[in-house]
Amino acid sequence: MSDQMNPIDESDLHAYVDGLLPVARVAELEQHLAHHPEDAHRVAAWRAQNAALRATFNPVLAEPLPPQLVARPFVRHAANDRQYWRQIAAALVVAIVSGSAGWLLHAPTALDSAQRFNVPLNTDGSLALAHQAAIAHVVYSPEVTRPVEIGAEQEDQLVKWLSKRLGSNINPPKLGKLGYELIGGRLLPGQTGPVAQFMYHNVAGERLTVYVTTDQTQNKDTGFRFAQEGPVNVFYWIDGKFGYALSGGMAKGELARIATAVYEQLQKPT
Amino acid sequence: MTTEARDALIACIPRLRRYARALTASRNDADDLVQDTVERGWSRLALWRHGSDMRAWLFSIMHNIHVDRFRRAEPPMEEFGDETPSGAVPAHGMELRDLESCLRRLPDEQREVLLLVALEDMRYEDVAAALGIPLGTVMSRLSRGREKLRLLMEGQPQGASLKVIK
Repeated sequence: MSDQMNPIDESDLHAYVDGLLPVARVAELEQHLAHHPEDAHRVAAWRAQNAALRATFNPVLAEPLPPQLVARPFVRHAANDRQYWRQIAAALVVAIVSGSAGWLLHAPTALDSAQRFNVPLNTDGSLALAHQAAIAHVVYSPEVTRPVEIGAEQEDQLVKWLSKRLGSNINPPKLGKLGYELIGGRLLPGQTGPVAQFMYHNVAGERLTVYVTTDQTQNKDTGFRFAQEGPVNVFYWIDGKFGYALSGGMAKGELARIATAVYEQLQKPT
Repeated sequence: MTTEARDALIACIPRLRRYARALTASRNDADDLVQDTVERGWSRLALWRHGSDMRAWLFSIMHNIHVDRFRRAEPPMEEFGDETPSGAVPAHGMELRDLESCLRRLPDEQREVLLLVALEDMRYEDVAAALGIPLGTVMSRLSRGREKLRLLMEGQPQGASLKVIK
């Protein structure tokens, strides 16, 4: 018999029931069932189970969604972010104590999924810039109620405040021609001093952040560099004491286009 | 978060609800489980990898929450199942209601696998990934779950195969 040559096992029976058996084996299996009424009985019962489970529970699919399932998480999101902040703060303490930039993302409390962040060991401080920018992006870009401290409607105030705190003239790049409007900005703690973060969004609601530091005196100038931090793509570069990092979830090519525009504007401040 | 990710998450909610309703003992438990899963999903949406399978990601989150919160409630559920005389499970008629009560009597881990396969049409490899268990374990749980459910539905005595937890 053919099943002596190529035995039908239990998992084949299940795969047959679930439509996962390779087509080439279906005929063989059906022949097996014809000669093994007990297996045929079990297969029929399992098929009936599948059908009964769907008949029983499929109506749930058509039930209207309770509004709190879609709405409530947004309201409670702020609480989640506060929790993130506590975790980030704890991670920062570890990072400062350890005195190592790479630690920031290795700290187990940084983010639950920090392990998703593939952090290569390196001695180049510029990569730390990309990591920190990516964390700041992940922390603030999902914010619904308070993504920024000062909104774009008070851009003058924002520029004055951030420039004063960073001790340099800091202007948010204008990305309107690329479809990204400024939402606003906020001040963040960096490695050795304050850091500015500007946030933008497009009509689709996709957000990107520009992270500006002024404490890159230890690092050499770099050209454009790219890093991927989990779902976040980052273009970053160091220019004198300034470090810049552009972070977003959009494709690398799209982000590169925006990064080029940011770079050009920063070269010729107007 | 991108609208793509948001839309993908919202699109998965009905499936999460169907699965939770089949998995848990009560509608309240199911609602709580879905709520917690969706909230955790929202809060981590920025970490979801674009292009990866949102459904598998969410089911994995739901599994972890379920293991953390609901599995502790399993022993009393089993006791309840054992107190039900087997004669109270008719072999014919009212089959859909029977199915629910029989389903409750499966061990949690067998029910999870069976439901992901039967309701979600997940491939066995995807079930293994979502639950974080080896493929062989998926197959053995599926096999035992289906056989146990079959015997329960056919009104046959369970004998030694029905184990009381603790």
